Amino acid sequence: MNIPENLKYTEEHEWVKIEDGTAVMGITDFAQKMLTDVVFVELPEVGKQVEKGKPFIVVESVKSVSDVFAVLSGEVMEVNETVADDPALVNQDPYGKGWLVKIKISSVGETDSLLTHDAYLKLCEGEENK
Amino acid sequence: MKTIFEKWQRDDNGFTFAKLDVPDNEAVPEKFLRKSLELPIISEPEVIRHYTTLSKRNFGVDLGFYPLGSCTMKYNPKINEDVARLAGFTELHPYMPQSSCQGAMQLMYELTDYLKEIAGMDAVTLQPAAGSHGEFTGMMVMKNYFQEKGASRNKVLIPDSAHGTNPATVTMSGLTCVQVKSNQKGTVDLDDLRNKMDKDVVGIMLTNPNTLGLFEEDILEVIRIVHDKGGLAYCDGANLNAIMGLVRPGDLGFDVIHFNLHKSFSTPHGCGGPGAGPIGVKEFLKRYLPNPSIEKEDEIYRFFYSKDSIGKVKAFYGNFGMLVRAYTYIRGLGSDGIRLAAERAVLNANYMKERLKPHYHLTYDRICQHEFVIDDSNMPNGVTTNDIAKRLLDFGFHAPTVYFPLIVQGAMMIEPTETETKETLDQFIDALIQIKHEAENEPDKVKNAPWTTPVKRVDAVKAAREVDITYCTICS
Repeated sequence: MNIPENLKYTEEHEWVKIEDGTAVMGITDFAQKMLTDVVFVELPEVGKQVEKGKPFIVVESVKSVSDVFAVLSGEVMEVNETVADDPALVNQDPYGKGWLVKIKISSVGETDSLLTHDAYLKLCEGEENK
Repeated sequence: MKTIFEKWQRDDNGFTFAKLDVPDNEAVPEKFLRKSLELPIISEPEVIRHYTTLSKRNFGVDLGFYPLGSCTMKYNPKINEDVARLAGFTELHPYMPQSSCQGAMQLMYELTDYLKEIAGMDAVTLQPAAGSHGEFTGMMVMKNYFQEKGASRNKVLIPDSAHGTNPATVTMSGLTCVQVKSNQKGTVDLDDLRNKMDKDVVGIMLTNPNTLGLFEEDILEVIRIVHDKGGLAYCDGANLNAIMGLVRPGDLGFDVIHFNLHKSFSTPHGCGGPGAGPIGVKEFLKRYLPNPSIEKEDEIYRFFYSKDSIGKVKAFYGNFGMLVRAYTYIRGLGSDGIRLAAERAVLNANYMKERLKPHYHLTYDRICQHEFVIDDSNMPNGVTTNDIAKRLLDFGFHAPTVYFPLIVQGAMMIEPTETETKETLDQFIDALIQIKHEAENEPDKVKNAPWTTPVKRVDAVKAAREVDITYCTICS
């Protein structure tokens, strides 16, 4: 299972990379494996205000339709249009070309509750043994 | 196989009409006449062969075992069809005067009585045309009740094991869903329910037995928690087949229930049925039901309109032909038969569960109701639920419901119903056991199934990513 060390994670299997007050996020390798082949991604509009923990992206796979939750509160600065055209990128390269949105963080304190690499690894191992 | 359009006999009329004996330029003004009609022209035998071939490729409960969990694919007795075809029913028109359709009105009146008795409710409407439509009607009744009281409740509690239609209904009704967790036993987590039940909650939507095929043992407490905070309890009657004649949801405290006549009461299910999803309510909600209802006065049946009704949800009186079939089924079985059907459905499911237990991982190892859930967690060589479902087709069975309920990873939900013989149940179990052996010894046989069906393994990813649902030979 691929879990890069330089990223932060959530219990809902999203990853986030924080740089200069912005957060790039997507779904993890574990999440894309669980979903199986992604066939449709519905992205929010640029400029939308999002609230941490609220659903704002929909990812549909051959198996299910799932909400993706905002990892942090803020404003959507940019969305990955390439993924909307080619949803397979979420499966092929979840941490790279399969990124979903970039958020301008409004509340810096919220980053404290994100999971570290080790904590997320433990979470995934727990889920696999369920 | 070619489509009917590809079989178009371009050089042949296929059919000879009698010569037109009225002037053809007067019936319809010229400007409304189409020059050509793009319908295929094929001779009668070719049409018959085409559709007969298609019908042979179809699968239904008249052909084989159909253990599609949560759908109650029981056999539909043919006497239902005989009765529904009586001229007194088929030649009715909804605009006929009430005096000349008293028989049909009596049937509807008596059917509401039977459903009231089975569910323990005080009033029933037969209008909704599907289970989800019944859910929507019920939710609008609940919403109207609170609006009239001036209460601004806007949330509905739904367990995480629920059918997808429940949250869809709530959203369509302009309300918000709040998910309630399941506990280790697979039933509602009471602590989570207590935390989420507050003065903003319209009520709970609950399926009992739930989608794991488990009876909600704490049901009285669940409903008490909801009622104590002023909420209402909605019973999703999808799984009524397990409890009809044994437990009445109204007696448990439910305020509203929908019935699926195409599940529990043997009317056709699937491929447009059409469905029928009556709802039952307690007395205090009766006046909100869709108009009209049928009342009986001095042996005369008449339509009654309530001024507080939520309005119509379907043209006229619902899918009447289905009401005739359900009525026939209930009258045919009688109250003892209804109860026996439920008991046998539960017995069949438990028999299958116990025989499969040594071979497949049983997600919740408890006595089940009319269905149970196994999963693919102990399958070797990466064989998945999807592969098992496909391989089952080679044995001549319909696959069970797969990947639902969502709270069980790789779920296979098996519902045999009461109408199957022990021999059929054993054949299906033996097929599943054989598939387990194949998964161990020759996994490719399972992973690439089906082998014997007209359509082999379909490319679900390509179908979803490159959607093409138009047939373009003639439109291009």
